[in-house]
Amino acid sequence: MEKENILSVRDLVIHYSTDGGVVKAVNGISFDIGKGETLGLVGETGAGKTTTALGIMRLVPDPPGKIVSGSITLGDTELTKASRERMRFIRGKEVSMIFQDPMTSLNPVMKVGDQIAEVVRLHQHVSRIDASKIAAEMLETVGIPAERLNEYPHQFSGGMKQRVVIAIALACRPQLIIADEPTTALDVTIQAQVLELMRNLRDKYGTSMLLITHNLGVVAEVCDRVAIMYAGQIVESGSLEDIYEHTSHPYTKGLFGSLPSMNKKSKRLQPIHGLMPDPANLPSGCPFHPRCSEACEECSKRMPVGTEVTPGHIVRCLKFEGACGAGKAEG
Amino acid sequence: MFRYILKRILVTIPVLLGVTIVIFTLMFFTNGDPARLILGDTASDAEVAELRESMGLNEPFINQYFNYMKGLFKGNLGISYTTKLPVMDEIKVRLPVTARLAFFSCLFAVCVGVPAGIISAVRQYSVLDNFITVLALLGITMPNFWLALLLILFFSVQLGWLPPSGLYGPLYYIMPVISISAASVATITRMTRSSMLEVIRSDYIRTARAKGLSEGKVIIRHGLKNALIPILTVVGIQFAGGLSGAVVNEQVFAIPGLGKMMVDAIKSRNYPLVEGGVLIIALMCCIVNLAIDLMYAVADPRIKSQYEHVRGKKKSKAEPAPVREA
Amino acid sequence: MKIFAKKMTEVSTVDAAGEQVITVKKRGQAADVWRRLRKSPLAMIGLFGLIILILCAIFANFIAPYNYATQDYTAISQTPSWQHLFGTDNFGRDIFSRVVYGTRISLLVGFISLAIGAVIGCLLGAIAGYFGKAVESVIMRGCDIMMAIPSTVLAITIATTLGPGLVNAIIALSISSIPSFCRVVRGSTLTVKDQEYIEAAKVIGANNMHIIGKYIFPNVLAPIIVQATLGVGKSIIMCAALSFLGLGIQPPTPEWGSMLSTARTFMRDYPHMVIFPGLAIMLTVLSLNLFGDGLRDALDPKLKK
Repeated sequence: MEKENILSVRDLVIHYSTDGGVVKAVNGISFDIGKGETLGLVGETGAGKTTTALGIMRLVPDPPGKIVSGSITLGDTELTKASRERMRFIRGKEVSMIFQDPMTSLNPVMKVGDQIAEVVRLHQHVSRIDASKIAAEMLETVGIPAERLNEYPHQFSGGMKQRVVIAIALACRPQLIIADEPTTALDVTIQAQVLELMRNLRDKYGTSMLLITHNLGVVAEVCDRVAIMYAGQIVESGSLEDIYEHTSHPYTKGLFGSLPSMNKKSKRLQPIHGLMPDPANLPSGCPFHPRCSEACEECSKRMPVGTEVTPGHIVRCLKFEGACGAGKAEG
Repeated sequence: MFRYILKRILVTIPVLLGVTIVIFTLMFFTNGDPARLILGDTASDAEVAELRESMGLNEPFINQYFNYMKGLFKGNLGISYTTKLPVMDEIKVRLPVTARLAFFSCLFAVCVGVPAGIISAVRQYSVLDNFITVLALLGITMPNFWLALLLILFFSVQLGWLPPSGLYGPLYYIMPVISISAASVATITRMTRSSMLEVIRSDYIRTARAKGLSEGKVIIRHGLKNALIPILTVVGIQFAGGLSGAVVNEQVFAIPGLGKMMVDAIKSRNYPLVEGGVLIIALMCCIVNLAIDLMYAVADPRIKSQYEHVRGKKKSKAEPAPVREA
Repeated sequence: MKIFAKKMTEVSTVDAAGEQVITVKKRGQAADVWRRLRKSPLAMIGLFGLIILILCAIFANFIAPYNYATQDYTAISQTPSWQHLFGTDNFGRDIFSRVVYGTRISLLVGFISLAIGAVIGCLLGAIAGYFGKAVESVIMRGCDIMMAIPSTVLAITIATTLGPGLVNAIIALSISSIPSFCRVVRGSTLTVKDQEYIEAAKVIGANNMHIIGKYIFPNVLAPIIVQATLGVGKSIIMCAALSFLGLGIQPPTPEWGSMLSTARTFMRDYPHMVIFPGLAIMLTVLSLNLFGDGLRDALDPKLKK
C-alpha cells in the first residue's frame, strides 16, 4: 500500500556551536509522516526532539544552531534549501507549530482574536472583517465563546490559552501540525480535554501531526506511529502496536519498564541507570551503550544502522544486526 | 479606568504634602533671620523685631507650617526678600522656561535613545551595537555641566556657530538640550536595548515567527510594544533627572529659568524663592509621574483590566464546562 | 537569587595505599565571583582605573609635584608644559597637582556619602520589606516623598540648609542616596521573604533579627553591591555639581567641580583649564561604572546578555 507522505526527513543532522564545544543535538534521523497520520516522537528531555521540530520549521536559532546535513521534504519542497520567503509562506500555512508553554506563547499586549486573525490575513488574502470572522469561528471550534475575541491572553487560563494556540495553528488548515509537548504544562484534567480537542480536530481536518512528548500514555491515546529518540537519534520506530507490544530496543524496554503499572505487582520501579549523555560529549559507537544492560564490546565501537525487524518496525541496535548474541523482537 | 486615575491621584496627594513638610522644615532651619534679610543690615533691631511679629515668625513651628500651607492654597508662595514681590510672580515667568528645557530634553532623549536601543538590540554584537554602547557609556559618565562647557568651547568659542547663553530662539536650545539630555539618552538607550533583547527571546516572538511573519514585522508588531512598556518608567525618572540637569545647566548657559533663580537665591539668602522653586519642581515631577502611570494603564492591557468592570459579563478565567468537541 | 552558600568541589587523590580517596574542597562563592570578574576585560580595566585613582588619593603628597594651594604669580594661566603637566590656573596653581589632590576629596566624599546612605537605606529597606504592613507603608511613603524631588535638587536644598563645606556636602549627598537603596533592598527582601527556606527558619524558631541578618541579607547583597558601585559614581558627579554651583566644597580645596566653575570664567582665553578636571570626573565615574557592570555580570551570570 503506497502511503502518500506529507513529510519525509532523511539523515537530518543539526548542531549548535557554542563556547563549550559543538552540541550535537540531532544526529542523523529519518522518518516519514503520511497523510492524516500522527507520528509520536518520544524521548527524554535533551534527546533532540524540540530541535528536530524547530529544524523542520527552519526556526533553529542561527547562530548558534545550524542544519548541518540531511533533507526535509514537504510534499515536493525541499525545506532545507527553500528560500526565506518560501519558508515564511510555508510556516503557518502548510506547517504549523504548537509550543510547549501556553503561558508565554501568546503576545500579552495583543488581543486574542487579533493574534488568530493575523495568521489568517497573512496567508489568505481576506479583509480585516473577514479575518475576524474566521478568527471567531476558530475560537468556537476550539471551545471558546466567540465573544472572547477581544480579550487579552492574561484573561484566559492555561488550558484555554493552549486552545487559542491551537486555533492559531489550525486557522489556515495546514497539512502538518507539529505539537511540542502541548499538554505538559497543563493540569492533568485539562490535559485530557486538550488532547481530545486535538484528536477531534485532526480527524475533522485530516491534518497530519508530529506529536512530541515524553509521555507514553499520551502517545497511546493519539498516535498512529511512534519514533523513540535518544541522544539525537531515532533508536526505534514503528506502529503503535510494534512499539507497545513488540518492544525491541533496550532503551524502549527501559522506558516501559520505568512506568508504574496497575497490573503488575512490583515493589520497585525499574529505572534506567545513568543519565542522558551530554550532547557535546557523546559516547563512541551506540550512544546508549553505557547505560544498556544488554551491551557488548562491539557496541562501543560501531554505530548501529537501522534493522527492519518487521515491515515498518525499525530498530537501531547491534543485537539485531547479529552482534551481542542475536536478538529478536520480543512479546 | 476612572477609578485608576482617581486612585493614582489620591496616592500623589500625601506625597506632595510630605514634600511641603520636608521643604518647609529645611527652609525653617536654614541660617538667617528672614526679617533681618528683608529689611537689610541697616534696619534697627526694633524694626526687625516688629517685622518678625507681623510675619508670625515667633510662633511655634506647627503654626508657621499651617500658615504656610494656608498661603499655599491661596497660591501665595511668599515674598522675595530682595524684591519684596510675590514669589509666585517670579515663578510664573521662569517656570515655562525650565519646563520647556526639561520637556525638550526628555523628548530628545526618547527620540534618540529608543531607536538607538532598538538598533543596538536587533544588531547585537555588531560594530554599530558596540559603537552605541560606547557612546551610551560616555553619556552616563560625563558630568552634564562639563559637557555643556565643552560644547560651548567648541561650538561657540571655536566655531562660533551657536550662541553660548540665553534662550532667545531655537538655536539657543541646541546645546542646553544636548547637555541636559546626554545622561538620559544613554540610560534610555541601555534600557531599551536590554528590554528589547529580553523581548526578542520570548516565546511569543517564536510563535509569531512560526506563523510565517517576516522578521521585521515580528519585531515591530510583536516586539516593540512589549519592549517599550517598561521604558515608560525610565522616561519618568529621566524627566526628573532632566529637571536636575536643567537646574545646573541654567547656570552654565545663563538661562533665566527656575534653576538659575534658585541658585542665585541661595547665594543671596533669598530663601522663599528657593522654597517655591523646589516645590514647583517637585510638583512637576509628580504630575509627570502621574501621567506616566496613566500611560501605563493605557498601554498595558494587564493593568487596564484590573480596573475595568465589564457590566453584566462575568470575567471568568475558569475552564468552560467540559467541551464536547466540534 | 541563589542561596549564599559555600560551593563544594570534589577532588580525587590517591592516598598511600594507592586507593582513590575523594576529598571535598570548599570554595567560597566570593572566589567564583572573582573568577568570573577576571574574565571580563572591561571590568578589569575599571578595576585598574579604580586602583590607580585610589593610589593617587593615598599618595597624592608624593605624586603631585606641587602643593595644591601654592600660588605662583609668575606662572598664571599657563597652558600645559613639562613643568605644569595640565597647565596652571588663574592663581598660578598647578592644575595637575590640584587634580591629583582632588582625587582624595572626590573619592572620600563619594564613598563616605554612599556608605552612609547605603547603610541607612538598606536597614530601612530590609525592615520595610520584612515587617510589611504599617511599617512598610510609612517607610515607602517616606521614600516616595524623597524621590519626588530630583536628587540633585534635593542635595542642593539640603546643602542650602546646612551651608557649604565638606561635611555638609557629605551629609546632603548621603541623604539623597538613601531612597534608592531603600527601594532596592525592600524589593529584594520581598522576593526573598517568600522563599521556603525562610519559612523553614521560622519553623525551627529563629527570631526576626536572626533571620534578617543571616538569611535575608546575604541574598540581597548582590543588588546592593551593584547599586553601590554605580551609586558612588553618581555621588561624585553630584558633589561636583554642588561644588560647581558654589554650594559644596569651597575653594581653595581642590574639588574638580569647583575647579570647573573657576575655569568657566576663563574659558574663552584659557580653554585648557576646563578640560582636565572634567576629564578626571569622567574617568573616575567610568572606572566605577565599568567595574560595577562587570561586578553585576559576575554576581549573577544568568543576567548577562
